[in-house]
Amino acid sequence: MTGLGRLAISDLQISFGSRQVVSIDDLRLDHAEILGLAGESGSGKSMTALAILGLAHTVGATVTGSIALDGQELTGLPQESLRDFRGRRIAAIFQSPSTAFNPVYRVGTIVTKALRLHGATKSEASDRAAAAMRQVLLSPDLMRRYPSQLSGGQLQRVAIALAVALRAEILLADEPTSALDVTVQAEVLDLLRELRESIGMSILFISHDLAVVAELCDRVAVMRQGLILEQGPASRVLSAPAHPYTAELLESVPKLASAT
Amino acid sequence: MIESPTIAPPQASMPRVLRRGMAANPLLTVGGALVLLIVLVAIFAPLIAPFPGDAGTATHPFEVLKPPSTAHWFGTDQVGRDILSRVLFGARVSPVIAIIVLAIASLIGVPLGLAAGFLGGWVDELIMRVTDVFLAFPPLLLALALAAVLPASLTSLTIAIAAVWWPWYVRLIRGQAASVAGRPYVEACRALGVSRLRIIFRHILPNSITPVLVQVSLDVGGVILTASALSFLGLGAQDPVPDWGLMVSAGQSYFTPDWWLVTFAGLAILLTAFAFNLLGDGLRDLLDPKRSFLP
Repeated sequence: MTGLGRLAISDLQISFGSRQVVSIDDLRLDHAEILGLAGESGSGKSMTALAILGLAHTVGATVTGSIALDGQELTGLPQESLRDFRGRRIAAIFQSPSTAFNPVYRVGTIVTKALRLHGATKSEASDRAAAAMRQVLLSPDLMRRYPSQLSGGQLQRVAIALAVALRAEILLADEPTSALDVTVQAEVLDLLRELRESIGMSILFISHDLAVVAELCDRVAVMRQGLILEQGPASRVLSAPAHPYTAELLESVPKLASAT
Repeated sequence: MIESPTIAPPQASMPRVLRRGMAANPLLTVGGALVLLIVLVAIFAPLIAPFPGDAGTATHPFEVLKPPSTAHWFGTDQVGRDILSRVLFGARVSPVIAIIVLAIASLIGVPLGLAAGFLGGWVDELIMRVTDVFLAFPPLLLALALAAVLPASLTSLTIAIAAVWWPWYVRLIRGQAASVAGRPYVEACRALGVSRLRIIFRHILPNSITPVLVQVSLDVGGVILTASALSFLGLGAQDPVPDWGLMVSAGQSYFTPDWWLVTFAGLAILLTAFAFNLLGDGLRDLLDPKRSFLP
């Protein structure tokens, strides 16, 4: 293990009543690292992300164990202090960008309001929003549009721009490319890689798609039924899986006939 | 009817949005114009009514039950008052009652419905069971009972109707709020650290208010009719008040052959309800962010 890590999860247990759905002994996310969290649906990937955001209780789950950001314990903090972490230090992007934006506000309003919420002044907020839009290769003019007037790929970029503008250190990306078509998907992946390089963002990339995970991630953790079956460098895990389930997952990735 | 999907100029200001909505939806324009007309009539009734005194206590024993003529366009009633004047002054009674009733009902119903739908759990149970108790009574009977306890006046009438009207709005907005609360952008807001109060008022409310807005404008006619029914039973407006419902009720016994007593007051109710319905439908199309960009 490399040092303390930026985000360190240990002995994390998430349960609904008496039914335990996630149990993670140890998971670390380092500075400027992209960690893939792979597994089938229902394996507890998204619950883990929700727990990191301190939002597991909103779906009725209870969390025990430790989630630490730069050594500071997050579990057990009151909601008021957690709200400070959410967005400002830990941001999240979701699977379906077209429903992740409130349709009644212009996207620029959403971005600047979020910045204002975390303490930016009005002019600072619009400057930072415009700069972030450029950083994700979107024209700041698009901020005057409503979500229904942007494509899925553009909206996902806006969501990422929001995380950039908030200067989030950690980005939880929950299936961020699953609802996008392949070319747009590639653009979003490039963008995530680029953010890791330029601002040292750490990314927890949650996906069921091993092909995408293999392309993007430095390290991979494979989850099934709430347990991490194996984790390690992406090149190693995906070329020489130690756990039979990982091998099974790899088998299930469709390949072009000519490639095999 | 097919329009390009991004007709909105990016820097659309509010008046421009309104103008665009009116162009795309002539019914909204008609409804808005009619509502404006009613408002203007209510304001300027003393100036445009040919016999302003007839809206009050005046009686003209030699002019009783005269059919429409050049002197009395809408005829005269059973005590000789000019019906046109009374109908014009009526714009100051029923529509005003309706608007006050609906404002009270929304102010009670919307916050309760939002709280029930968004918070869920025991808050939801408590609010909805209390609401169910109110909904268990036939609304007119409950309003009747309340109005009977209070002294007969327009204020009592307003309170009685508002008291039976709000539970419907709680139901309406609760369902909407509960569905909006589960949408991904609400989760995204939470992930951004937005507070609960802010989520409720900035995100849940704007996305669940449209059905209430439409219902409110459709209910204007309903409230006017309910108020008329109560006035008819002697629990609301009392005789010289030029209430349309009261005029219809009082004119019933003269309907044949003196049809003009009921007809013109009835038409005023019809026109008012129609105007607000058009306005409500138009507003729904204008305000719904998904519909306004679709053909």
